[in-house]
Amino acid sequence: MKLSGWGRYPVVDSQVQSFASLAELRHCLAAAGDLIVHAMGRSYGDSALHDRVLYSRRFNKILDFEPQTGTVTCEAGVTLADLLEAFLPRGWFLPVIPGTKFISVGGAIASDVHGKNHHREGCFSECVKALELLLPNGQMMRVSRKENRHLFQATCGGMGLTGIITTATLRLRPIRSAYIRETRQRCANLQEVFALFETNPETTYSVAWIDCLTSGERLGRSILMLGEHAESGPLRFPPPRSLSIPLELPAFVLNKHSVALFNHLYYRGKPDLVAGRLTPLEDFFFPLDRIGNWNRMYGHRGFTQYQLVLPQQSSLVGITEILQRTSASGLGSFLGVLKLFGAANDNLLSFPMQGYTLAIDFKIEEKLFPFLDELDRVVLDHGGRLYLTKDVRMSRKTFCKSYPRWQEFTALRERLGLKEKFNSRQSRRLGV
Amino acid sequence: MDVLILGANSDIAQALAREFAQAERAHLILASRDLELLAKQARDLEIRFQIKARPLYFDATDFASHAGFYDSLDLKPDVVILAFGYQGDQKRAQEDFGEAHRIISVNFVGAVSILEIIAHDFEVRGHGCIIGISSVAGERGRQSNYLYGAAKGALSLYLGGLRNRLHPRGVRVLTVLPGFVATKMTEQLDLPEKLLATPEEVAEDVYRAFTRGKEKVYTKGRWKWIMWIIKAIPEKLFKRLKL
Repeated sequence: MKLSGWGRYPVVDSQVQSFASLAELRHCLAAAGDLIVHAMGRSYGDSALHDRVLYSRRFNKILDFEPQTGTVTCEAGVTLADLLEAFLPRGWFLPVIPGTKFISVGGAIASDVHGKNHHREGCFSECVKALELLLPNGQMMRVSRKENRHLFQATCGGMGLTGIITTATLRLRPIRSAYIRETRQRCANLQEVFALFETNPETTYSVAWIDCLTSGERLGRSILMLGEHAESGPLRFPPPRSLSIPLELPAFVLNKHSVALFNHLYYRGKPDLVAGRLTPLEDFFFPLDRIGNWNRMYGHRGFTQYQLVLPQQSSLVGITEILQRTSASGLGSFLGVLKLFGAANDNLLSFPMQGYTLAIDFKIEEKLFPFLDELDRVVLDHGGRLYLTKDVRMSRKTFCKSYPRWQEFTALRERLGLKEKFNSRQSRRLGV
Repeated sequence: MDVLILGANSDIAQALAREFAQAERAHLILASRDLELLAKQARDLEIRFQIKARPLYFDATDFASHAGFYDSLDLKPDVVILAFGYQGDQKRAQEDFGEAHRIISVNFVGAVSILEIIAHDFEVRGHGCIIGISSVAGERGRQSNYLYGAAKGALSLYLGGLRNRLHPRGVRVLTVLPGFVATKMTEQLDLPEKLLATPEEVAEDVYRAFTRGKEKVYTKGRWKWIMWIIKAIPEKLFKRLKL
């Protein structure tokens, strides 16, 4: 069947199989040929695409929960939405949560996802106590920081290329309220928002929406959002109203003028400062989840999200250059997202490092990929890298230069016979 | 509320189990042949919704076992969801009567066998609701799946009759007519997105119809109009179509 990632580009004709039990999974794995696991299809590019994919979304049972410690064990196809629905009303929350809850636990581990609290809590792997990994030879490995540590570091952020993650044991964190105390501050330009990020290192959650189309004095104008868990309040709230983009919008709807106008109104429409407002947790963490199929907004050719990180010392210069080029290119990109990461972890292919990350959406069009190649050079020049979970076109050269431990990763893949069994469009392109 | 789900391992059944557990805080009896999968599902439902769920062996085509199966329940259910089904292989069934027989046995004969027993109990108690998962495939015979369609069509007629019989006793029968549903049965197919429901959408539609006391529900709802058109095509024309 026809399959694509969240960016709806590329569309790949794939042979699809699903499994609900280990026996079914082993049966699928025993068949000849290589494959990649595909769960919710929320990675943007081609990292979960291949000629043959295994759907894990029916392998989605919660296996155990310890209410005293907030430790949950589940199959890899369970989604973060499932976990929130089950445990939020009991006062437990995920320590690390990305911008959507519609991803699987397996996907969160394979992408080693990050959230608005990366500077405090690190990546998703920080809340993974242990996981089970099925290898090509049929062996089931228990993997954690203590057992098979190297495999743990390769699997977290390993893009599903180190075996099939079957179950995971996660640590939840207690919370007292399903509300976030949110502060929003308008920043006139990039320097201003950088300064605010850096004066708020203690804030639990921080992220900024950035206008990628402005230049000069107003380059990088943004709205910084800071949040803390509220100390009291209900643990349940009515489900937020949801909208949906029912159809693919024609590609011309989003162009540099319409987007610039939207960004202008969006920015102007906000007051300079909103302090300490109570916001339902879902609205704070997943604003886009309320708009079903928002990925249809970019038209029939789809889109890509370009997410980069630069080391902190070169961030201001580097991101200024990226924004200047983006704004000059006129390739209609929507609001971008900016955040200051904390330190990198020990995982072989994890994306974050100490410095600023910027994510910008681009509609797929002729001129785009040559332009992104230019941006790649800027990113490399400043010692940064791109997020594999969003990537759909990075070259092997760019990848090898920016992920210094790629050889270790490839060597492990060769040693365990993973290269013959687990491949995606992306892994083939990057040659890992 | 106690809910018995027959064929509880199907994707639609699992979504319905979650729906009833969440909305009604229902206790569940999950019945099917794969006990290992059922046990896993039961544990999952207990953790998620803090309800009681227990797995029980049930084979739709072992007709002789059905009376014993229902007798063995010490607490009789308030709601029974009949969710087992077998799509089968139309091509194979045309050449091999064994396959045709299996399609009819699971989808129709098995359903009649167990529902007659349950209907009797509900009739005596003057209480209960039967939710039968049929299919829009049963609304008109088409070359691509007329054996499955015939069995489901028979099931729909049967449920209609049962509803008529049980109505005076205050027992309800809800016929569910799903169109395309994204399940294991259809995962290989490129189906039109606008007509394709997720099992969760089906479960929501069914639960809404259940709470509103409906007799019949199409899911997605637009199948009602599609089937209205398909049923209106004269047979003289219909026989020439490649459907």
